[in-house]
Amino acid sequence: MAGSIGGIGGGSERTRLASAGAKAVTIDQLNNQPRGDRLKGNIFLALLLLALTIALAGLAAIIIQAAVKGAPAFGTQLITNGPSTLNPDESGFRPALIGTLYLILGVILLVVPLGVGAALYLEEYADGDRWWNRLIELNVQNLAGVPSIIYGILGLAFIVRGPLDMGFILAAGSMTLALLVLPTVILAGREAIRAVPPSIREGSLALGATEWQTIRKQVLPAAIPGVVTGVILAISRAVGETAPLLLVGAAAFVTFNPTFFGDDGYSALPVMIFNYAARPQDEFRVIAAAGVILMLIVLLAMNSFAVWLRNRYEQQW
Amino acid sequence: MKEVLGASGSGAATPRSLEAPSPRYGEKLIKGLLGMCALLSVVTTTAIVISLLLPTFDFFGKVGLTEFLFGTDWAPTFQPASFGVLPIVVGTLSTSLWGMCFAVPIGLASAIWLSEYASPRQRKVVKPVIEVLAGIPTVAIGIFGLVFLSPLIEDVLPFMVKVPPFSAGVAGLAIGLMLVPIIASISDDAMRSVPGGLREAAYGLGSTRMKVATRVVFPAAISGIIASLVLAGSRAVGETMVVLLVAGASPNLSFDPGLSVLTMTAFIGQTATGDISTGSITYDTIFAVGTLLFVMTLVMNMFAIRLVRKYREVYE
Repeated sequence: MAGSIGGIGGGSERTRLASAGAKAVTIDQLNNQPRGDRLKGNIFLALLLLALTIALAGLAAIIIQAAVKGAPAFGTQLITNGPSTLNPDESGFRPALIGTLYLILGVILLVVPLGVGAALYLEEYADGDRWWNRLIELNVQNLAGVPSIIYGILGLAFIVRGPLDMGFILAAGSMTLALLVLPTVILAGREAIRAVPPSIREGSLALGATEWQTIRKQVLPAAIPGVVTGVILAISRAVGETAPLLLVGAAAFVTFNPTFFGDDGYSALPVMIFNYAARPQDEFRVIAAAGVILMLIVLLAMNSFAVWLRNRYEQQW
Repeated sequence: MKEVLGASGSGAATPRSLEAPSPRYGEKLIKGLLGMCALLSVVTTTAIVISLLLPTFDFFGKVGLTEFLFGTDWAPTFQPASFGVLPIVVGTLSTSLWGMCFAVPIGLASAIWLSEYASPRQRKVVKPVIEVLAGIPTVAIGIFGLVFLSPLIEDVLPFMVKVPPFSAGVAGLAIGLMLVPIIASISDDAMRSVPGGLREAAYGLGSTRMKVATRVVFPAAISGIIASLVLAGSRAVGETMVVLLVAGASPNLSFDPGLSVLTMTAFIGQTATGDISTGSITYDTIFAVGTLLFVMTLVMNMFAIRLVRKYREVYE
């Protein structure tokens, strides 16, 4: 401000001096606070930093601990070998890794159309004053907070047994996980769709496009980065989710490669890690720790990709 | 749109409808399909409620409601069986309580630092790092508790781990680590949505930074902060893998952090591993406990959602 008027005359110089003087006085005043206040302020800040350090140290400890403990077992046998009670040293996660891969593939196939569809409906079509739309919204928010083990119960009673009666097969696990992460995808999708400015839609509609043409050609392409980020984050949650899989039949010691509909059992990476860790022998705990590192590497790669995607394609309107 | 052009072209004064000339069934079909996707969430909730309630009714056909809710002996798989749910409810509350004791001060302090003290650059680095904690699978945190925290705490404070390696307090600590990012992230959002004018006014009256943070911003953001605490509590109650690994499996009607406890989630995870037959009393017990767990977390979540709405309405 001062700079723009600077060239005109002496008045602006006076303004600059006055504001600089006011600033100096204020800073002086603030620095002259009672000593007790300043001491309290410093102690407070120190406590805040201490708490922050503890949180960050906890994170570091989890990762370092798993790396140190799992280092002896870290090798290619983790990926190529199956579990073995006879030779714990040679045990690996191959069937579990393949199981997780299939589970995630199923989750993506289910969750992308359903989640994006629901998000589009809620953002583009739904009239927020209608009670049924408000009910759906509240429902999605609530479902996001339902404990994962409850989804396991749902999977057991509704998908494995009950109405769908699919039995303990991998596809049932996939469906359970998909229902679990669906609210996350819907919420992220809605955020992304809401970030597309209304003027884009109005422009398209004014040119004679129909509602669906507007959504498909304008809104969706603009919202894609946000949607994909949400999907990746949801998938990374599904990768690490263990409790519901325990209920829908992911068994630990599957030694063969699972398939989608095969009814002789399947396994998943976190379930197998849990099973190794729950055994008393230390060899198995070492393998569990190595498995944790394997899982964290996969998750970190996925999350970094999501962050990169968001930064790369994020649009400023 | 064409209608409008046509009307102006002919110069006719009669107002015409802006509706499209053809009914556009395809558009309606798509709207219907998308609406069905959204409706799936309601179907899911209904399915959860039905799948929980039906076996629960069977359960209460065999076990009295008062025996279940107020009984103090939990031994559903023993002979003779006993179905007093209080010990596992207390077990759940105990691990959650110890988790919150750790996570609340740490999480809130991190949130205050992030929103009131950190420079934009520091914030941009530190907040995502804290949120990484939320992305670590709980089974990994459970293993950390079992293999690292438990032996460590057993050495330093033996009364915290009376039945090595299991302890409600250590399980709580591990859960607490998982809760910190939830509290820090949501509280930080709530405090940052407090308008800058309030802070500036307080500074103008000569407040110190600490006073602005604790007496102005914190109270102004209180509904969002409480919402974050309630959400964290609901996550703690529903957490399964950490308690399965670290809390042990002995039902104990006690808040003693050193004891091993069985929680509701651990009971479900441990018992429902597949090979129990439908219709047996054990099968029904899982659903009765699940119903109780669902109701507890539902009440907490609804409360938190309300509070979050409230602070959004006030400041946005």
